Amino acid sequence: MRKYLLKRIFYLFLTLFIVATATFFLMKLMPGTPLQNEAKLTASEKASILAQYGLDKPVWLQYFIYIGGIFKGSLGLSFQFSDQAVSYLIGSRMGPSMQLGGQAMVVGVIFGIILGAVGAIRKDTWADRLATVLSILGIAVPSFVLAILLQYYLGLKLGWFPVAGWEGFAYTILPTLALAASPLAETARFIRTDMVDVLSSDYIELAKAKGLSKFGIVYHHALRNSLIPMVTLIGPLAAALMTGSMVVENIFSVPGIGEQFVKSILVNDYPTIMGVTIFYSALLCLLLLLTDIVYGIIDPRIRLSGNGD
Amino acid sequence: MVDNPNNIEIKPGDFEPLDKQAGPDNEKIAAPSLTFGQDVWRRLKSNKTAFTSFIILILLFLMAFGGQAIYHQNPNDQEPKYANLPPKIPGVGIHGLNGHINQGGTDVDAYKAAGAGSDVHYTLGTDYLGRDLLARIMYGTRVSLEIALIATLIDLTIGVGFGILSGWMGGRVDMFMQRIIEILSSIPSLVVMVLMATAFQKTGMASIIAALAIINWTTMARLTRAQTLQMKNQDFILAARTLGESAPKIAWKHLLPNLSSVIIIQTMFTIPNAIFFEAFLSYIGIGISSPQASLGTLISDGQKNFQFLPYQMWYPAIVLIVLMLAFNLLGDGMRDAFDPKSKR
Amino acid sequence: MENPENIIEVRNLQIDFHTYAGEVKAIRDVSFDLRKGETLAIVGESGSGKSVTTRSLMGLLAPNAVIKSGSIMFHDEDIIKKSEKDMQHIRGKDIAMIFQDPMTSLDPTMRIGLQIAEPLMKHKGLKKKEAVAQALEMLKLVGITDPENRINDYPYQFSGGMRQRIVIAIALVCYPEVLIADEPTTALDVTIQAQILDLMKDLQNRIDTSIIFITHDLGVVAGMADRVAVMYAGKIVEYGTVDEIFFNPQHPYTWGLLNSMPTLDTEGGSLSAIPGTPPDLLDPPVGDAFAARSDYAMKIDTEKEPPFFKVSDTHYAATWLLHPDAPKVTPPAEIVRRQKKFATMQKPEAPIKHETKE
Repeated sequence: MRKYLLKRIFYLFLTLFIVATATFFLMKLMPGTPLQNEAKLTASEKASILAQYGLDKPVWLQYFIYIGGIFKGSLGLSFQFSDQAVSYLIGSRMGPSMQLGGQAMVVGVIFGIILGAVGAIRKDTWADRLATVLSILGIAVPSFVLAILLQYYLGLKLGWFPVAGWEGFAYTILPTLALAASPLAETARFIRTDMVDVLSSDYIELAKAKGLSKFGIVYHHALRNSLIPMVTLIGPLAAALMTGSMVVENIFSVPGIGEQFVKSILVNDYPTIMGVTIFYSALLCLLLLLTDIVYGIIDPRIRLSGNGD
Repeated sequence: MVDNPNNIEIKPGDFEPLDKQAGPDNEKIAAPSLTFGQDVWRRLKSNKTAFTSFIILILLFLMAFGGQAIYHQNPNDQEPKYANLPPKIPGVGIHGLNGHINQGGTDVDAYKAAGAGSDVHYTLGTDYLGRDLLARIMYGTRVSLEIALIATLIDLTIGVGFGILSGWMGGRVDMFMQRIIEILSSIPSLVVMVLMATAFQKTGMASIIAALAIINWTTMARLTRAQTLQMKNQDFILAARTLGESAPKIAWKHLLPNLSSVIIIQTMFTIPNAIFFEAFLSYIGIGISSPQASLGTLISDGQKNFQFLPYQMWYPAIVLIVLMLAFNLLGDGMRDAFDPKSKR
Repeated sequence: MENPENIIEVRNLQIDFHTYAGEVKAIRDVSFDLRKGETLAIVGESGSGKSVTTRSLMGLLAPNAVIKSGSIMFHDEDIIKKSEKDMQHIRGKDIAMIFQDPMTSLDPTMRIGLQIAEPLMKHKGLKKKEAVAQALEMLKLVGITDPENRINDYPYQFSGGMRQRIVIAIALVCYPEVLIADEPTTALDVTIQAQILDLMKDLQNRIDTSIIFITHDLGVVAGMADRVAVMYAGKIVEYGTVDEIFFNPQHPYTWGLLNSMPTLDTEGGSLSAIPGTPPDLLDPPVGDAFAARSDYAMKIDTEKEPPFFKVSDTHYAATWLLHPDAPKVTPPAEIVRRQKKFATMQKPEAPIKHETKE
């Protein structure tokens, strides 16, 4: 188990290193500098600004400085907000993103499990069909369309929730709903498929032969066996949430990382794009590692084999 | 429980031995046999949802690629004086399709207000530059589909090739190739796409296709590899090897046909995924750019006027949603149809 | 109950399955009894309806199955008429079941102690602690070594044979009156098979339960069963005591089954398979369903269904060959040999069991 963990952590760093390198050189291919009103600046002013960003040095040296900086927790300076460190920018915007992401994950997974389980238990009934329609809609309706619709109909027309901004819990409801749709749908589909399989397995048949009630069978045997593999879904769901957060935060004016990322893309703020890219990758890698460990702990079948590979 | 044998009426000759030759052939299989393809098609047809999705997809494809043959409007013709006109279909009185809009509580004939003659009518209205929305939706759908299909084709080629190679070679090659996939799939796909789209100068189909292709193939590769590994040790492959067939020939003649169901099913889910990401990139402004259109840019444009002219976003959004729904439902249906376990 | 010794009486049971292709007539007029303390073996090829029959006793038929007619009397009550809720009180408590594959019939994520304790908590209302304590006793009874430590293990930590012992422990923990064993040894190694069979017999004596033993393997039946019912195409075609079925079989299908079973004294490779395939039960043939595959088929076999003809008080067979007017036929050589043996066994001093056990 320890050997496996060490191996995984090594790959985590390798992945991040590759991401950082690839991002760096891709960004170097791009036109664009931190200079804002280029025409008005004198040559010496330009030179001093470039020096401030370290852009006067040869590319290979910039690269080593950048990689070295990452180890010290520095991701360089932002182009668009002069003098602001990218790491500070990310740090200051992490709160809202994490809160939204967390809320959406919890809402999505819980309701997804309920929806999926109902579909599996009541297979081929109207309840199953309704659950299937809901989950397929959750996949088919892109988060940005859903966000716009929620904002307009629930926010503007009915006035139930604030339309945009970030001033309290009420402001999180609509973006959470918009974000939660996709994890909800994915979870529901996953749980339904898995549970249909589980419910037709021999040990469920044995549980029936024991005389357990339908609820007992689902609660004690089916749910547990379906929820364990569900853990492996958390990583991909988190990745999908990152995607969603970019537009949803934008639409609801949430001061989060996703909103910042889109802004940076539009104004060619390369250090920020790079920083957020590395940050997202690190987050996802950590989540994947964490879910693997958790999976190993909660699934007795994996616990034995030890190497888990 | 037991009848009295003496009460049974017996006719003479009843106890003649049966002529086995004349009797029915007992090795005959009662049900008519179907080929695998026929069986899949039969089951797909019996799945109403999947079949409906299939029909809808055909209609959407016809609209996207052949619609302009019937509907002659140019999607890029701007008519500023007719900007933001609501849908109008002559002879239809339903509000929303009669060219009227609600302005501050009063019903206004937008076409009259814009000074348009009675011969001017836009089936789905116009956008903020006075372009025909239906024409733009047809055009945008075509662009979205083209991007998705080409990207999927590239995914397919890379993914299947990579998967077969990895699974077939095994050993160190496999290990190395698996690590590549592992690393690629632990990077959030959208981040890669954004990077690629930005790197390739932000515009045009090529950059989006490249961005989509570079990340989406890993799932396909993983599935293909798993299947190849499983198949590799089966007797029919072994037989082909013993007969001295070359590896590429075995892959083409024996492996690929047996992988086809997995590949087809996965493709059915890759396409809507590509459609979604294209729309997403275009929506946030790093995909297709004006005057080109895709469903993503149309939704993005429509959103600006959503409060007053909701149709400008609703129509492209509906097309996108229906497209995604149909592909996903057809994919589900295909998976069931290909799965021998679901046979009833 | 027609006979006070009977614990289960199945009468004229008819079960259909709704499929896309049509109605599959899986069980066609099946009747049998189960007596207190006996082991009844139901033998037949796959698809003959033996598993469906026993599943109906548990009320565990697939959702697309319909019981067309018949009754299943258990303690003077018809199981078919019982609600799902009532059946839950019978399942696991009065009638328990063992399944074919021990590798998949235990919940992989639950400790085996709790899995054994579950029926006690459900039916006896025991608290978890007491139930697990009783589960431990049961583990000892089924011969798991070091039960105190292993009670908290998960199924994957046991071998196939051990798992089947655990499944047996689950089935017997409430001391059921009837145990249904659906091919309990098919998935096991031959050496383990014998152990499990011995265990079942031993436990049957200890807790005084009746067993319905389903199998396609006549070899297993010989040492295990008191009575045997042979099923073919959704019908029972012959039933009798184990000796009567083994040494004085009357139905051509039973002949075929015995002929295809290897025995120690099988001479010169005379092992033969039954030709053809079972009939399509979507459209069952008229008359004797086995006629198409039988070398002894007569004209009447394709026209009229044979009734049960009495061979002895305990032995009945549904074949026209037993009709007084039917021509006398000579069974296959192996069967003739067996019948000769049967004649000698009828003498009181003849050692029966000793010889039958192969």
